[in-house]
Amino acid sequence: MSDNVLKVEHVTMQFGGVVAVDDLNLEVNRGEIVSLIGPNGAGKTTAFNVITGVYPPTNGAVSFEGKKIVENHPRGKMKKLYTGEHAGDYMKTLMPTPDKITKLGIARTFQNIRLFKSQTVFENILIAEHVRRTSNLFTATLHLNGAEEKAMRDEADRLLGILGLNDVRDELATSLPYGKQRRLEIARALATKPSLLLLDEPAAGMNPQETVELTDFIGQIRDDFNLTIFMIEHHMDLVMEISERIYVLDFGRLISHGTPEVVQNDPKVISAYLGVQEDE
Amino acid sequence: MSRKTETVINVVLIGALLLVLFILEQTLPSTHMIFTVLKKGAIYALVAVSMNLLNGFTGLFSLGQAGFMLVGAYTYGVLTIPVADRANVYMYFNGGLIQFALHPIIAIVLAGVMAGIFAYLIGLPVLRLKSDYLAIATLGFAEIIRAIFQWDKLGPITNGSNLLRSYPSYKSLLFYFIASGVCIALIVMLINSTYGRAFKAIRDDEVAAEAMGINLAHHKQIAFVVSSFFAGVSGALLAMYQTSVQAAMFKSAMTYEILLIVVIGGIGSITGSCISSFLFIILSEWVLRFLDSEMYIGDVRVPLLRSGFRKVVFAVIIMIIVLFFRKGIMGTNEFSVRRIFGRSADKKAKGGSANE
Repeated sequence: MSDNVLKVEHVTMQFGGVVAVDDLNLEVNRGEIVSLIGPNGAGKTTAFNVITGVYPPTNGAVSFEGKKIVENHPRGKMKKLYTGEHAGDYMKTLMPTPDKITKLGIARTFQNIRLFKSQTVFENILIAEHVRRTSNLFTATLHLNGAEEKAMRDEADRLLGILGLNDVRDELATSLPYGKQRRLEIARALATKPSLLLLDEPAAGMNPQETVELTDFIGQIRDDFNLTIFMIEHHMDLVMEISERIYVLDFGRLISHGTPEVVQNDPKVISAYLGVQEDE
Repeated sequence: MSRKTETVINVVLIGALLLVLFILEQTLPSTHMIFTVLKKGAIYALVAVSMNLLNGFTGLFSLGQAGFMLVGAYTYGVLTIPVADRANVYMYFNGGLIQFALHPIIAIVLAGVMAGIFAYLIGLPVLRLKSDYLAIATLGFAEIIRAIFQWDKLGPITNGSNLLRSYPSYKSLLFYFIASGVCIALIVMLINSTYGRAFKAIRDDEVAAEAMGINLAHHKQIAFVVSSFFAGVSGALLAMYQTSVQAAMFKSAMTYEILLIVVIGGIGSITGSCISSFLFIILSEWVLRFLDSEMYIGDVRVPLLRSGFRKVVFAVIIMIIVLFFRKGIMGTNEFSVRRIFGRSADKKAKGGSANE
């Protein structure tokens, strides 16, 4: 059996009549860097949102570390409407909220950066440490959790050091340059101590220089933090360079997957991206 | 400036404040207007800070504060009326159901707990709503609470729509300042704790907060219950200050007054809420009183001045603030020793802990 960290089975996500993700199957193995690519509107972010519990899928299931974490939930109209393949396979209700999934060890970043705007860089990271608290409301309010609080602060400082954000520690998160905001978002995700990191377009809006740095950075954090990385990215140089495997989505359907070489030369992928008509 | 000096200065300032209040109390006659204003100011400061915890720090726009104050005020009144006086107070209900009286301090805490329980139950359905809808729902619940407390059938406990009175109350100004100060200090400590950081994260970005492992429903519920707990405590203090209490006074207008204080002080600023509550009470109860009474200069009646004109002036002030000073007095900043004396030192040290 392969050691897969993340397994997505037959996930379908419909919004009204729109099928955003259609029968998606994929696996991410431990320690891998896997990319999910596809033209705009292919359903990549929706797939992420299903994995992280933002949307309940119309059908299908998601497993993490061999355990089902999301399974379609039969509540609502969508379920009754769904008559596609594997409709009867997933009838359990497993619909954790995103915070539960984060606690299990899946952290994510967002396509359009979502930092805590009124907080400093340091506080942004400190907030992510909240997930591992052992103090309750009373001990925290009365500041009886000094040791834990100190551990949180030290850990946040350690992360800032590793990720090279020490010099901007007390600046407002939103006052950082774009590249550093991205980096901070990743740092914040790492502060929840994930084993699987989902990156939603980490290179969006970056210049070539920043992208090269990011490529090294992603490889480095994978090694330093023992991570498995699953990312959505449009930037082909980055994707081809660091991905071990690539999945390609188009109109919600998986059209190709394999190593970068295989995907690059797949006629279906080329046509999806360039809009060339297939003549088979 | 080091942390220690800051603490020392703060302690000295608080001590000096209490000393001044003590001297005031000893020298001025107890009927002086200043005591009315300061007591009420301290009570409103507490409820304003509790509202700020929700609106300013957790981003939940709730308008239920008067309802929770009512719960607190009634809990206090009902539990502390001396047994001997009950027959008199509950004259329409055969002396009422409850035939015991608790120590005032215990009753104050229970007032908060009761308001917290109400908040928990109301929060279950209501906290799923966002922004304006939450405001409408909490406002509605506050009105429902008021109506229920006036209900005849509950008369043996709440005395229906009649006054609750004869309960013990502390007359000293210091008591109100210390009680309210301790509560505000607790709220500040909560805000500076890891839970407070989670609240601010929810305010800034719910989606990101949830992705960082913060359970939204749980944390909103905590903020709502804690805020209501302190609103309940302030309700108890208000009951004590007024020496009699009636559900009819906890109208939604009261919530708006508190909201006005929060907005003037700055949404997200504890010290702002405190300053503006005293400012508001001093203006409305004392300085601007003259607007409500007719005045003659010589034989000429000064135009506009008559009963109710004070409210008009306040309405104008609100409009001016909302239009031109949206951030209020303090914005989201805090008034602290560090800010005043420690600027240059802060720049050198760059940082300090992220306490603010």
